[in-house]
Amino acid sequence: MKYTEEHEWLRVEGDVVVVGITEHASEQLGDVVFVELPEAGTEVTKDEEVCVIESVKAASDILAPIDGEIVEVNEPLVDEPGKVNDDPMEGAWFFKIKPSDPSQMDDYMDENAYKEFIG
Amino acid sequence: MGELKRTPLYDLHVELGAKMVGFAGYDMPVQYPLGVMKEHLHCRGAAGLFDVSHMGQVALRAESYEAAAKAFETLVPQDVIGLGAGRQRYGFFTNDAGGIEDDLMFANRGDHLFVVVNAACKEGDIARMTAALSPEVTVEEITDRALVALQGPAAETALARLNPAVVDMAFMDFAEVELDGVACWVSRSGYTGEDGYEISIPEADAEGICRKLLAMEEVEGIGLGARDSLRLEGGLCLYGNDIDDSTSPIEAALTWAIQKVRRADGDRAGGFPGADRIFGDLAEGVARKRVGLAPTGRAPMRAGTQLFAAAEGGEPIGEVTSGGFGPTYEGPVAMGYVGTAQAVVGTEIFGEVRGKRMPVTVAKMPLVPANFKR
Repeated sequence: MKYTEEHEWLRVEGDVVVVGITEHASEQLGDVVFVELPEAGTEVTKDEEVCVIESVKAASDILAPIDGEIVEVNEPLVDEPGKVNDDPMEGAWFFKIKPSDPSQMDDYMDENAYKEFIG
Repeated sequence: MGELKRTPLYDLHVELGAKMVGFAGYDMPVQYPLGVMKEHLHCRGAAGLFDVSHMGQVALRAESYEAAAKAFETLVPQDVIGLGAGRQRYGFFTNDAGGIEDDLMFANRGDHLFVVVNAACKEGDIARMTAALSPEVTVEEITDRALVALQGPAAETALARLNPAVVDMAFMDFAEVELDGVACWVSRSGYTGEDGYEISIPEADAEGICRKLLAMEEVEGIGLGARDSLRLEGGLCLYGNDIDDSTSPIEAALTWAIQKVRRADGDRAGGFPGADRIFGDLAEGVARKRVGLAPTGRAPMRAGTQLFAAAEGGEPIGEVTSGGFGPTYEGPVAMGYVGTAQAVVGTEIFGEVRGKRMPVTVAKMPLVPANFKR
């Protein structure tokens, strides 16, 4: 598992990367009430805004962590945005991306580095 | 920014695990560990306790209640003289342009007038009252009392354990009630759309009474986050968002709060700042109006969202002034100003969210029906 400074987690599953937000991020956001997902098949570039999540407090963007193609999105989240709070690290993944340059993953933190990052 | 002030309940909030934020110069609980959504639902389902000690509590004294009321009527378009002893009423200070300087609650306490004003406006309000009304009226800010709200369908059951007399209070009654041996000023009112009470407590006794209430099965502490979503579902204005010094009470759909006796054909017509503008608005109508808004989709439409008559083209017809997610409504809720042509319940308009126009319906306020004890 890799982590970004934007509090996303990235899990490699075969030739795709699954993306979600960390428990820490979901706690900071508060109750999530709205999730907007990208469409499968979209080509994205690193740092492009691909999802919007809104909590009771505010809206936040989720950025594409790497270049690639969105191959699958977690459609049930749209109807059950609260899953982002209940199960952020497993069930509430947002999208799967097929990297065009897998070496971009090397830039990200491992679990220990992320723990240090959030203090 | 100066150091944040603390209410008499600060230590209790911290002990309860509240997340504290700066609000109107005070360090206030925005949420407790329960979280905004569950706090909101708990308040509508049972009872919630809110610290609102940051608000201004002011006593206006003159030779009689009537004298204080008569003076106060020069600042507000409400019927103050005609308010019965032991009764409370909603009102607002107007300015010469007919805008709203602050909204407030006032009560007839028999020999004087008691006013509760918004935290962010209280300095200005007190200066305004002092400048306009003294020396005939003494304007005394009460700084040694906490103010809490107990709101929700179980508020009566909970507060009755401290004094059963509160059961007999009707909506907008105001009384001095002994709670746990302490003389408290209690009104049957609030800012959630639920039945409930607002309770002014001597600061030394506030924590003890709050602990007694919080120990009850029905009662949870509720932060400013849920206070906002509750009042939004309840269609209640937040000063600074939904009303301000540029909105007339008629535009703000607060005509109901200007009693007939103060209107153009009333016995005590006018005599408050901006009466000409407000009477003009009443007689000729207004170009924009505050309305409830129910977005069709799931995306919240927050304050500042521009509103349009059509899905494409055209200039904005208005703007959302408060918006978010309504936990009881189970969807996004908002309020804002639209042109009079669109200010008809059921009209479909569009709000621009992240560059996309999303449908939103003009809705009857409150979006969640009120549950007052009449």
